[in-house]
Amino acid sequence: MIYLDLLIGFLKVGFFAFGGAYGAIPLIRDVVLSYGWIGDEMLTYMIAVSESTPGPIMINLATYVGSSQAGLLGALIATSAVILPSFVIILVIMVLLKKILKNPWVQAVLRGLKPCIIGIILATGAYMILNHCFTSLKDFSLDLTATLMTLGLSLVYFGSRKVLKKGISPIGLIGISAVAGMIVYAF
Amino acid sequence: MDLLFDLFLTFAKIGLFTFGGGYAMIALIENACVEKKAWITHDEMMDVTVIAESTPGPIAINCATYVGYKQKGFVGAVVATLGLVLPSFIIIFLISMFLDNFLDIVWIAHAFMGIKIAVGILILDAALKMIKKMHKRLVPRIIMVCSAIAMFLIDVFALKFSSITLMLIAAAVSLCIFIIKGNPSREGAAK
Repeated sequence: MIYLDLLIGFLKVGFFAFGGAYGAIPLIRDVVLSYGWIGDEMLTYMIAVSESTPGPIMINLATYVGSSQAGLLGALIATSAVILPSFVIILVIMVLLKKILKNPWVQAVLRGLKPCIIGIILATGAYMILNHCFTSLKDFSLDLTATLMTLGLSLVYFGSRKVLKKGISPIGLIGISAVAGMIVYAF
Repeated sequence: MDLLFDLFLTFAKIGLFTFGGGYAMIALIENACVEKKAWITHDEMMDVTVIAESTPGPIAINCATYVGYKQKGFVGAVVATLGLVLPSFIIIFLISMFLDNFLDIVWIAHAFMGIKIAVGILILDAALKMIKKMHKRLVPRIIMVCSAIAMFLIDVFALKFSSITLMLIAAAVSLCIFIIKGNPSREGAAK
């Protein structure tokens, strides 16, 4: 049943989403693709929309996926499911286990989880970029337009940090890339 | 003003005005809850941030739950968390009803083809920033590199292997190292 799948899928995401907003993206991608809810392309668009609208990205993504699969009720279930683990864990830590995070066994687990999620985020970002630059990653056929755009946008984004104090914001980059896409793909 | 209502409204405002989530929200929460309302102290705010980094879920949710609980117990925690989530829930729900039609418009579809590339860059950038802040020790680096390679292969070959399984393996490896070798040296663990 879709409601139960949404509940279980997003509880999993909420429970394992260490490493902030970007830590949740690979997990959501994993869950969404394995259930076949929405495609990679649509998910990428939604990440951009989530980044450009207020609120934590993982909650926005949960709301969107739930809504696209099962309307308002689906959105409510997915959003609640993704929040519930962190809500419960914080309450438990505050009320019962103030010292649990200092426990050496818990520390050992966290020491393994954190670098792993960083690796997962790194791989997800690299895969997404390469997946756009090559029309097919397995037989290495290069999409020249996308590759040039990737290089240009990277240059603008990372280069802007040398010129401006804080560089271009993520929303700024999304805006620039939208305009670039409209111009480049119009011809 | 009723405290519960105040909690709801304060966090709804934070939820409505922070883009991108994460650390952008901490500054706003600090401003509202520590400086304006004095609901929690600056030290408590630091504590929550540290706890939030070691627990799953968005940091903003952890903060809202904490502040709400401090002020009004369980009900307060629920109200503050709901307040934080509600604005983006409504906005995204509305967008989800129109996005498909929206993408049928040619120039918007083109814009999203550019945006797709930006998203990849943003995710890669988030990972690079985290790597810079990582402990400069051998074991976490090896775990990080192995996880990255494994995840990349899983993606490229569309393997039926969940990233959660990968995380559980990393946790198990780290536990084994702890059992065999004990805690890593103090200097390495110092933050």
